[in-house]
Parts: sequence; C-alpha cells; structure tokens
Amino acid sequence: MEEPLPERAAIVKAAIGIGLYAMAFGASFGAISVGSGLTLAQTMVLSLVMFTGASQFAFVGVATAGGSPLAAVPASLLLGVRNAFYGVPLSEILHPRGLARFWTAHFVIDETTAMAVTQATPRAQRYAFWATGLILFLLWQLGSLSGALIGRAVNPSDVGLDAAAPAVFLALLWPALRRPEARWVALGGAAVALALVPLTPPGIPVVAAAAVALVFGLRPSGGNDEQAPDREPT
Amino acid sequence: MTALWLALLVSAVGSYLLKLAGVSLPESILNHPKVQRVAQLLPVAMLSALVAVELFDKGGRYAVDWRTLAGVAAGVVALLLRRGFLAVFLIAIAVTALLRLVT
Repeated sequence: MEEPLPERAAIVKAAIGIGLYAMAFGASFGAISVGSGLTLAQTMVLSLVMFTGASQFAFVGVATAGGSPLAAVPASLLLGVRNAFYGVPLSEILHPRGLARFWTAHFVIDETTAMAVTQATPRAQRYAFWATGLILFLLWQLGSLSGALIGRAVNPSDVGLDAAAPAVFLALLWPALRRPEARWVALGGAAVALALVPLTPPGIPVVAAAAVALVFGLRPSGGNDEQAPDREPT
Repeated sequence: MTALWLALLVSAVGSYLLKLAGVSLPESILNHPKVQRVAQLLPVAMLSALVAVELFDKGGRYAVDWRTLAGVAAGVVALLLRRGFLAVFLIAIAVTALLRLVT
C-alpha cells in the first residue's frame, strides 16, 4: 500500500473550486452556442470532443458569423495550439506511455496544467492533473448541457447574451494583458481584424489576426519572459 | 452532412490531435523559445480580434449595437475591479438586457 497523499484534500478542494467555475463557464458556452444557432447535439460534441473553452467559443463565434463555417476550423485550431505546449511539462510529470497517451492527451488544458505544475512532489502533480481533469470534464459537460437547455428556452438577445461572447473573450484575455508586449499584440490583433471586416469573408479577420502573434513572437529582439500557464480557463 | 457538422468535427478532432501532439512529440521541437513565444501570443491576438469582430462586425460591414457595447463596457469595469469571470459575464448580459428592455 502506498502512503496516503498528504496534499490530497487540498488538491481535491482546489479542483472542485475550478470545476464549479468551469461549470458556470460551460453554461455560458452552452447558452451562447445554442443561441447562435448550433443544435444541442453540436454544442455537446464540442464540449465532449474539443473540450477546450476558448476554442469552443471561437468556433461558435466564427462558424455562425455568416460566412462559411469552415473558417471556424483555423480559428479554433490556432487557439488550441497552446495546449500542445502544455504537453512539454506534463509529459515530464505523467510519463504517458503507449495507449495511456491517448486518454491523457484529452485532459491537457489550461487548468490541469496549472494545477499539476504547481504541486511540490511528482505524486501530487499526477494526482492534481487527474483530479482536476476528471472533475472539470464532468462539470464542464453538465454546465454546457444546462446552458444549452436554458439557451433553447429564451431569446438570446432578450437576455443580453449577445454581450456574453465579447465579455467572455475579454475576461479570458485580461490576465495576459499585464505584460506590455501582450497589450501591443492585442491591439494589433484587433486592428488587423477590424481592417479586414469589409474586405474578407466572415471569419477570416480573426484568423488573420494570428499573423500579429507570429510577427511579434518571431521578431529578433526577443524577450525571454517564460511563464507558467494562467489559471484562467481559456 | 452539413458544412457546419463537417467544420465542427474537423475542429474538434484537430483540437484533440494538438493535445496528443504535445504529449507525443520530442520535447526539443516544442521547447524552442521563439516557438513558445508565438504560441503564448496566439490566443492574445485572436481573442482580441474576436472581441473586436463580435462588437463591430455585422456581416462584413461596420455596425455597433450600443446596448451590447455598454454591457461589455460594464464587464470591463468589473474586470478592472478584479471581479471573477462569472461576475463579468453576468454584469455584461444584465446591463445589455436591461438597456434593451427600457429602450
């Protein structure tokens, strides 16, 4: 028998806190998704399979903007690129081998990474990853489903849901704006997107904004301010 | 299958494959500082673009519903007051809904 993990109670408590927050976030996703015209099934496939909040919101926003829904593919995938980078610290913690890689990968998101990397021992790190991942997954689905059901019952613009998507995106963006460089990138991204609105099909302005991140990230001067992923669900 | 379903499935499976690549690729590829910087800035540029487009783009031309804008502005005030995500969300939709009701 292994010794009981001393941090267990604290980790579970923190994971439930993050999960409840995610449930509210999921409910807003469900309501916006159905309110924008996706079906209940489409909304739930996004939450179950995509399972990464910011990409899900972006998919709904771009796919229902009036152009081809295919424009939502690069928009949501580019926002999901950061999850690949969480694999670096998490592989060192979890050492997923063989088939375990396939189910471990599904839970590689902002919150599980933040929870795992901040624990002191490898055992606590693994426990934090799985506790956060499983609790959050369950509550995210419950939240999405209840939000989608609410979204079906009300007229989205009557209850102000058209303000929800931009407000959610701003809240996701907010912690990053502490860094001056990020503020310039945010301004640049918005400017590029707005300039392209009358010129390109819907969805393209958001994808084109990614070029601003590319230019800033690759420019030679290069600050090396590495940082742990934010705790905010994105 | 509709175009929406097709786009949805490609995006959902693609998002999973990005996560899978992260735990499968050799570390050296993802550990490059410039690559990491781009990855960190991508969500910043795109979320900001999404805010701008959601607020000012009505199907390819510029337009703004001032009630939506006021609701989001109230959300920004909540962010400045260090409120959490839920408060920001609720304040933004409540202000917009209220303004729509009275105008």
